[in-house]
Amino acid sequence: MSAAPLLAVEGLTKHFGRTPHIVRAVEDVSFDIAPGEVLGLVGESGSGKSTIGRLILRLIDSTAGAIRFDGQDISRLPERQLKVLRRNAQMIFQDPYASLNPRLRVREIIGEALDAHRLASGARRNERIGELLETVGLQATHMSRFPHEFSGGQRQRIGIARALAVEPKLIVADEPVSALDVSVQAQVINLMQDLRQRFGLAMLFISHDLDVVELMCDRIAVLYLGRVMEIGSSDDISQRPRHPYTRALLAASPKADPDAPKIRRMLTGDIPSPMAPPSGCVFRTRCPAATDECARVVPKLRSASGGHRFACHYDTAHDEEPAAA
Amino acid sequence: MVHSPAILFFRRMFRRKLVFAAFVILSVIMLMALVAPWVAPYEPTSIKIIRRLRPPGELNWLGTDEFGRDILSRIIYGARASLGIGFAVVLVSMTVGTLFGLLAGYFRSLDGLVMRVVDATMALPDILLAIFLVAVLGASAFNVVLALSIVYTPRVIRVVRASTLVLRELPFVEAARALGVSTRRILSVHILLNVASPVLVQATFIFAYAVLAEAGLSFLGAGVPPEVPTWGTMIASGQQYADSAFWVVLFPGLAIVLAALSLQVVGDGLRDMLDPKLRKTL
Repeated sequence: MSAAPLLAVEGLTKHFGRTPHIVRAVEDVSFDIAPGEVLGLVGESGSGKSTIGRLILRLIDSTAGAIRFDGQDISRLPERQLKVLRRNAQMIFQDPYASLNPRLRVREIIGEALDAHRLASGARRNERIGELLETVGLQATHMSRFPHEFSGGQRQRIGIARALAVEPKLIVADEPVSALDVSVQAQVINLMQDLRQRFGLAMLFISHDLDVVELMCDRIAVLYLGRVMEIGSSDDISQRPRHPYTRALLAASPKADPDAPKIRRMLTGDIPSPMAPPSGCVFRTRCPAATDECARVVPKLRSASGGHRFACHYDTAHDEEPAAA
Repeated sequence: MVHSPAILFFRRMFRRKLVFAAFVILSVIMLMALVAPWVAPYEPTSIKIIRRLRPPGELNWLGTDEFGRDILSRIIYGARASLGIGFAVVLVSMTVGTLFGLLAGYFRSLDGLVMRVVDATMALPDILLAIFLVAVLGASAFNVVLALSIVYTPRVIRVVRASTLVLRELPFVEAARALGVSTRRILSVHILLNVASPVLVQATFIFAYAVLAEAGLSFLGAGVPPEVPTWGTMIASGQQYADSAFWVVLFPGLAIVLAALSLQVVGDGLRDMLDPKLRKTL
């Protein structure tokens, strides 16, 4: 990356609970996002994706690490000094039903964003709310309705309009389409693509769906048990995966071509408990190519080419199956 | 939309005949209490010794008590004190309970302290605690309200806290926080609006309990002074004549049952209406 990153996360760690029941949700995660760039965060449920999104927006406090937004470390700032973050980073939520207050009209839901930062008042406020609704493909007249009068897709659009109200530079999209019908998913994805172009938005796009992520993102980070396994450009990750976990994810994602050769299922079992992560490489318990070394030594992220990095002792870039376990 | 949400709401709620009947009974009782001087046939305190302990008849529809006072008039006036005290208890315990429930549920650091006090209060039997408080504070309508509010506030705190704990984790609260909306507004708009319905249901139940408890306290002599007509004091002073003049205690007793039962049924109806899971089946 040439430009100074909009967001730089370094050594981000989040532990929940107290000893001896510590849940290691996020462990030493580092990445950055340039202005206007979309970084995808993929992983199974329980891999810490959503936790990372919430940490960045300071909805929960990190255990360790730095979160630099526009050069300033916001990870330890008190709430009253977070105005800049609140104005410039917003979130889109997974559940379009739980993310809008059922007792408020759309005018209040979006207007609240304007009020919080004194962006518009009086007649200008309504005008702006109307504009925002039209921006996301709804109508200005929808502002006097309640959330229950909308479909899931429309609600998600309202949530997007709310996020856009403060004209943010960064949006954390936490599985923004996974709760929607497939037909509606495409519409919302298209809308987000449009908005990204139009407003030059940077995004942290959290998803468990590799296809959606490949479509939306410039770069992808693959997460497993709260750790980054591999990070690189979308092409690197989807065409030249180096980490066995990434390869397994790609193999598991359904292909539209029924004639494509079926790859045998590489992943078995469940993600281990983050309360008792395996020693060494956390993926070794499910890795088809794990060795003794994997149990002893934590693999560090190492460079493959350019910005492409992966955390594995072995290089599985070649097309042949990794050595059988 | 043709009808306002309020009209639709009541229409659905009254589809159940029992709820409708309870609502009507409650309204009649409250209305009579409000306009007591105009509807009561006699002064509630006018004594006529010649006509003492008369059974229900033409002159006194529900009979007279040991001082010849008209029981119907005393029930109507008694509703003022009984329902008035109940309503005051609801008002105080709702206000204080909602405030502390919100704070305990939202600020985890306050939770331990508030909830231990709540648990301690709730561990004591309601009526014993109320008797103790009135005994310490002195018997007056104000102190009865105070004592019963102390007894019922913890229930409200529990309900509000439990709802707040759920709500504070919901994405719309997170969204508000991400927008930099003030904590005060999050509590007073996002959380309060959504705890309003369980609190409202709780209010009707506490109203019923308070009416019963007031009667119980007055009956035991730990309530309002006996010269004030309430349903409880009427039963208390009439109990020694109950075997020869049943109407002295029966009718005030019926008034208590009717009022408390109606409140419970209306509360049930409200709860069913406000609970989205039950609403679908109605």
